[in-house]
Amino acid sequence: MSDTILEIKDLVVHYVTDRTTVRAVNGISISLERGESLGLVGETGAGKTTTALSIMQLIPDPPGRIVSGEIRYEGEDLVAMSPARKREIRGNQVSMIFQDPMTALNPVLTVGDQIAEVVRLHQKISRAKATVKAQEMLELVGIPGERYPEYPHQFSGGMKQRVVIAMALACDPKLLIADEPTTALDVTIQDQVLDLIEKLMTGSGTSLILITHDLGVVAEICQKAAIMYAGEIVEYGTLPHIYQNTQHPYTVGLFGSVPNLNEDVDRLRPIKGLMPDPTEVPAGCVFAPRCPEASAECSAAPAPVVEVEPGHFVKCHKRRGGGSK
Amino acid sequence: MSALIEVRDLKKYFKTPKGNLHAVDGVSFGIERGKTLGVVGESGCGKSTLGRVTIHLLEATSGRIFFEGKDISQIGGAEVKRYRQDMQMIFQDPYSSLDPRMSVSNIIAEPLRIYRKCRDEAELGAQVGRLMDRVGLARRLADAYPHELDGGRRQRIGVARALSLNPKFIVCDEPVSALDVSIQAQILNLMQDLQAELDLTFLFITHNMAVVKHISDEILVMYMGKMVESAPSGSVFAERFHPYTKALLAAVPVPVLGGKKERRLLKGEISSPVNPKPGCRFAKRCEFATELCSAEEPPFAEAKPGHRVACHHVKSINALA
Repeated sequence: MSDTILEIKDLVVHYVTDRTTVRAVNGISISLERGESLGLVGETGAGKTTTALSIMQLIPDPPGRIVSGEIRYEGEDLVAMSPARKREIRGNQVSMIFQDPMTALNPVLTVGDQIAEVVRLHQKISRAKATVKAQEMLELVGIPGERYPEYPHQFSGGMKQRVVIAMALACDPKLLIADEPTTALDVTIQDQVLDLIEKLMTGSGTSLILITHDLGVVAEICQKAAIMYAGEIVEYGTLPHIYQNTQHPYTVGLFGSVPNLNEDVDRLRPIKGLMPDPTEVPAGCVFAPRCPEASAECSAAPAPVVEVEPGHFVKCHKRRGGGSK
Repeated sequence: MSALIEVRDLKKYFKTPKGNLHAVDGVSFGIERGKTLGVVGESGCGKSTLGRVTIHLLEATSGRIFFEGKDISQIGGAEVKRYRQDMQMIFQDPYSSLDPRMSVSNIIAEPLRIYRKCRDEAELGAQVGRLMDRVGLARRLADAYPHELDGGRRQRIGVARALSLNPKFIVCDEPVSALDVSIQAQILNLMQDLQAELDLTFLFITHNMAVVKHISDEILVMYMGKMVESAPSGSVFAERFHPYTKALLAAVPVPVLGGKKERRLLKGEISSPVNPKPGCRFAKRCEFATELCSAEEPPFAEAKPGHRVACHHVKSINALA
């Protein structure tokens, strides 16, 4: 058996309404090794969360639909799988940390019961043992086990996010998807949560997909990064590829937009314009209307995926020669 | 040169069933015309309350506010209205700070109508058009409604509305926090351009360290309603005298490989600002804290010229003379 835990091939996800079709994800491919962590970076509407929900098989249908493509988890195609088998995997081997800890928890159940529920659903153990396990999980994320019978509103934002993490990790998942796990948190609390995720990863050999818009967070805990724009992956590679040999004009624009603590610039270099409306994706390269390097060929045909160096893929007409200009 | 706006020992307490919540507790600052003071801190540190009290959106519990040298801390009613022309605000959330039932042109025109700045509708329309041009909004959007526009455009409406009365001073409360990074950069550039053109003075409130460093001349770091450090922008980041500032800056992820070496994990969380105990409010989370810290409140004093810090141990921690 290979060591690839997750392989996504040409995934296309649409949200179909009476009037329009929202092309949320347009043919993305990702592969993830055991123990590897991948950062999925992009702005609002890039299709990051839709990708995550596809892996979890939680796309709301209708209106959402996986139009084509495969999502192979340890060789099994999640898309074609029976609902019963999906339930066995979901929350057990593949689990997700949701973005907003304030709404991801049930306000009328104690946090302990919510964690124990996951354990009891997937493991044939008694209620008493599940309770013990839930307390262990709370301790693991730095919350005293005695707080088991408390309700979500009694916890602060950072603590709630820890509870959500404890829930996601309760069954020792092989693949963890974290959707903006720290976006709602203050930086010092974010630091604590990232540290926690990093420690838990190194101990267990779990693979991680971290969804974020923050290139700084990716630089801290990921090994690979995929930059998403308008439903496509425009650049994909290891962190040194993305951070030190940035190729795609959108990625360059992202870096230029963020003020950096370590260097001084008088003016930021933002990307012009706005992301295209996902109901009307441009015919050629999706980034062409905003791209400083765009020429006629860019808006004529979709950009090809070019491997500029081994393992570093860029979806751009202008990089076809291989390497940078 | 004297400051355009100055506050001295400003306090704002909120009454709660459990006691007084010390949202802002003895803050003083001055901003010179055309400059930007950045106020940073985590949620709940009182930075938004500070902005609101400064321009009389909330009444201060005590302390004094001077605008162009005049004490405006006690004014009320009609006088507040008069001063509000010079002091405007840009709000954090471009989704909830615009009336969903007003068109873009009406939102921008509303302050002009209230203050009767234009003789007739034609003049008003022309003025709104000029404001839209100024903030980079296409004039064809004049009849659109906020829900039809994206966050970046909505925030431009907020900026145009704040500019409509030609204010001298603008409180910007997290104006870019709700925006995507590429849009955030567009708005920050716009604000810097407007500041240069119109000689505006900003009080810029944010939790984003990189943004505050980029836009500010002076920086004030707050923790639980107290000032912990204030200095010119460069020195705060280069020197980071206060242990909280050190921890805060160390926690910021930097988009550079190997940009961050050690995690200086800050233990615990902000405790409740309701009836705070005496002593340094940061003492419980501070790695350098001693008995003195929990007994006595540290003075907010100069550690070196122009750089003030509220810490008992600032000299020993930073090896200062």
